[in-house]
Amino acid sequence: MSSSHGSGKPPADRADPLQHARSPNRTFGPQPPGEQFEVIGKRLRKVDGAGKATGEALYTDDLALPGMLHGKTLRSPHPHARIKRIDTTKAEALAGVFGVVTGAEMPARFGVIPWTPDETALCIDKVRFIGDPVAAVAAVDEETATRALDLIEVDYEQLPALFDPAEALARKDVLVHEGNKHGNITKEVLLEFGDPDGALAKSDFVVEDDYFFHGTAHAPIETHVALARYGSDGVLTLWSATQIPHYVHRELAKVLDLPAPQIRVIQPCLGGAFGGKSDPFSLEFCAAKLAMKTRRPVKFLYTREEEFYAHRGRHPMAMRFKTGLSKDGRITAVDSKILIDGGAYSSFGLVTTYYSGQLLTGPHQIPNYRFHSTRVFTNKPPCGPKRGHGSVQPRFALEVQLDRLAEKAGLDPIEVRRRNFQGAYTTTVNGQRVTSNGFDQCLDVVEKASGWKERRGKLGRGRGLGVAGSMYISGTNYCIYPNDMPQAGIQIKVDRSGLVTVFSGASDIGQGSNSVAAYIVAEELGMRVEDVRVVAADSDLCPVDLGAYSSRITFMVGNAAVHAARKLRKQVQAAVAQEWGIEPERVVLAGGFAFDKDDRGKAITSAKAFQITEAVLETLGSTGSYNTPNLGGDYRGGTIGASPAYSFTACVAEVEVDEETGIVTVPHVWTAHDCGRALAPVLVEGQIEGSAYMGFGEVFLEHHDVNRYGLHARPNLLDYTIPTSVDCPEFHASYVESLDPEGPYGAKEAGEGPLHPTIPAIANAIHDACGIWLTKLPFTPAKVVAALQARDAARAAGGGANGTANGRAH
Amino acid sequence: MSRSDQPQDASGVSRRGFLKGVGAGALAAGAVAPAAAALGAKAGPQAAAAGTVFGPAPVAVALNVNGKVRQLRLEPRVTLLDALRNHLDLTGAKKVCDRATCGACTVLLDGKAVYACTVLAVEANGRAIETVEGLAETHGGAAPIQKCFVANDAQQCGFCTPGFVMACESFKRANPGATREQALDGLGGNLCRCGTYHGVAQAVVDALAGKGGN
Repeated sequence: MSSSHGSGKPPADRADPLQHARSPNRTFGPQPPGEQFEVIGKRLRKVDGAGKATGEALYTDDLALPGMLHGKTLRSPHPHARIKRIDTTKAEALAGVFGVVTGAEMPARFGVIPWTPDETALCIDKVRFIGDPVAAVAAVDEETATRALDLIEVDYEQLPALFDPAEALARKDVLVHEGNKHGNITKEVLLEFGDPDGALAKSDFVVEDDYFFHGTAHAPIETHVALARYGSDGVLTLWSATQIPHYVHRELAKVLDLPAPQIRVIQPCLGGAFGGKSDPFSLEFCAAKLAMKTRRPVKFLYTREEEFYAHRGRHPMAMRFKTGLSKDGRITAVDSKILIDGGAYSSFGLVTTYYSGQLLTGPHQIPNYRFHSTRVFTNKPPCGPKRGHGSVQPRFALEVQLDRLAEKAGLDPIEVRRRNFQGAYTTTVNGQRVTSNGFDQCLDVVEKASGWKERRGKLGRGRGLGVAGSMYISGTNYCIYPNDMPQAGIQIKVDRSGLVTVFSGASDIGQGSNSVAAYIVAEELGMRVEDVRVVAADSDLCPVDLGAYSSRITFMVGNAAVHAARKLRKQVQAAVAQEWGIEPERVVLAGGFAFDKDDRGKAITSAKAFQITEAVLETLGSTGSYNTPNLGGDYRGGTIGASPAYSFTACVAEVEVDEETGIVTVPHVWTAHDCGRALAPVLVEGQIEGSAYMGFGEVFLEHHDVNRYGLHARPNLLDYTIPTSVDCPEFHASYVESLDPEGPYGAKEAGEGPLHPTIPAIANAIHDACGIWLTKLPFTPAKVVAALQARDAARAAGGGANGTANGRAH
Repeated sequence: MSRSDQPQDASGVSRRGFLKGVGAGALAAGAVAPAAAALGAKAGPQAAAAGTVFGPAPVAVALNVNGKVRQLRLEPRVTLLDALRNHLDLTGAKKVCDRATCGACTVLLDGKAVYACTVLAVEANGRAIETVEGLAETHGGAAPIQKCFVANDAQQCGFCTPGFVMACESFKRANPGATREQALDGLGGNLCRCGTYHGVAQAVVDALAGKGGN
């Protein structure tokens, strides 16, 4: 791990004959390793369920060390200001305070994307949003630390603040980041494929209008928390609620100026992330620095309010879309212009800007396409990746626009999507390779389950059905910092007791990646799942995995697990075959036993089989890895959004609109998701439901925004309303298994894709229910009522039932 | 179904209703007389007379947690949640919002589900406190509701789970004939961000139907 630190270049002597990880592509196909699947595809429960249900599971804040201090962060009260002076002497003098740290002590810039390192652990010269961290304290308890914060003197020179992205784009006199080459622009991407203008000019139907996707927060139930210890051996250990332990490791080394081998990063049990824990955060550096300064363990736990300011939530996007359709219902072209509100720092913004266009080119065939996306800095909490990173927002616009075109063409919305289905094993207009694709089957499933044909148009006043589709990546071959090493690794240790320990770099953030690793290894070695133990996300013990983002773990870590376990499987089969004097192919490993296929009474336990193997070979262990093949379009940015496999989703939502109050209820959401082979059906269904749940919340209830002073409008769970069990629709989750040639046993992702179509399906259902097109999220009752009034006014004026009514600007 | 249709039961804590009730009580108990009643006769001489002011120095508190009385000296401002997590090493209940909005800290107080972040430890003096650890312990490792959580995949990240388990246990005791819909309605006081509500409601129904043993 250390050898890769800080270097984007391959070693000079790399022209070696060793087989390179990228070639050949190391995958094993969709077939079971033995006669049939014994573990994969079964309705098993998570390996860590009991510990969580009994309260035994230890999360970072449950850990306490002797002599542990409590850390607190002083945050900026101004949205944009220069720091003129910081004086910490009074805070340091307070009884019970052990250490104070300011930005000057950690000047190295960092950022999760190595090309845009614009953050420091604590602000040095300038603060850029209310809540930007300025100083940190470690004290004997939380109360003393909080008191010490009040004693830190900071002189600020206030600067004009930018809250409106359009203003930020135009202003050259106010810069969120001085020295930025392009004013307040953090990234601008303009890509064109085919001839969108020509195709639109020739289209039978064209719709052009504006959409707005608001900011939303991850709001994981566990806030950010980090605990650091600096030992007398010079080893810094950080326990952190992160979904990217590897990047945290790299950035800690850089910011603390410590050799990477002296740092150990451990991700304990994690209480939800959804993309919100995929940047390195201030508290990780501050806990580490203060532990080094005070020589005592230091823990930081963000309050719920701090969680909302630390943010990295979904980017607000103002989107102008223009889409054409032919008379026979074929999409002719899509042209989009998107302004992305990035907040104060870059975070993943470079990728977000690409994703806002690159991930829209399936499952519908788009022959001509252009997107022009611009992300700007504003003096607001920084935005980042949230479940469905970058593509949930434009997907909303495109899918609503498809319904508008279907209406113009007099076609059923599901039929329009069928006619534009791109099919399997194809290349998108922007050069992305699509392998398996079960979107058409997904449409069939939701059409049938929702009773679309029988019920649509017959539900009565104020009730309606809407459909939408989407695609998402199963990881990406863009590995954030350039290197040729594998993206995912697994190590396996075999004990003669019959226990197999799987060391996985992956971060289980609740999605069940530890369970999936255990299932795969149990399948390969013919073991009982309870005899496989997973140790994960500890940089001292586990091989590198890049992290729980981009829906990459099942695909990549899954493939690494198959790779590692398949080697062992062959060793065990060979050793037992030799012992029995038969061909290795006759040795079947299944259900905790090894037996002879042709003489099934001849059986030994897995433990005995391992002992036989260890006796003839050596101490048993294995490693496995996965790297993506070279993918993507041959142009700048062509690899961003290139995935070894894409998942596809179709969704139908049913709504009831109360035309007097503007309150919309959603009794049902049917989601069908093509996840390739469902390795763990219970987990897949949970991910589909959880995705639909999160999308539903974004439509009606959630809004991350700041007021005119830059203060968060609702930084608590009472005002930032996430759906309760009372609010939720009935979620009907189904999956379609279009076996992928490269996924582990044919699997693809399931954690993020299913969120996308929920939002436009609800918007389209509202139109079906009452004839209004809502294009600006969130759909508050006030906006619904305004749109209904506009509809009625248009009807009275003889303008027909379907005038656009976007509601009041929020 | 609106909130007013919720079954009236011990645990039917709506987030907002709960805040009004317990939050006000907690504020009052922080400083003056009402705490005397909460502390009761066992709390020592300083609690005897109405009108006595407690704190800010630590006072003796006897917490009856999972059937065992634990003697502590705590500042009156210490919440029941902090007392459990920081003084009694019971880390099942989680600190999430610290404002009675999410339910991740839910424990049972005299059999009723409460948000431990918004109950002062002194208020719980002498009263029966049940935590997620105790529930497991008294059922030989896992109570039926806990087993039904596992069986229904009613947890993903699991951070809300200990609180949810306790809210479900309370709901279950008060609503032995509850349907799945009633469970969904009655559990609106706890937040899950992974979206496992349907698994949770099914766990309640299964536990009521005798699945999970005991």
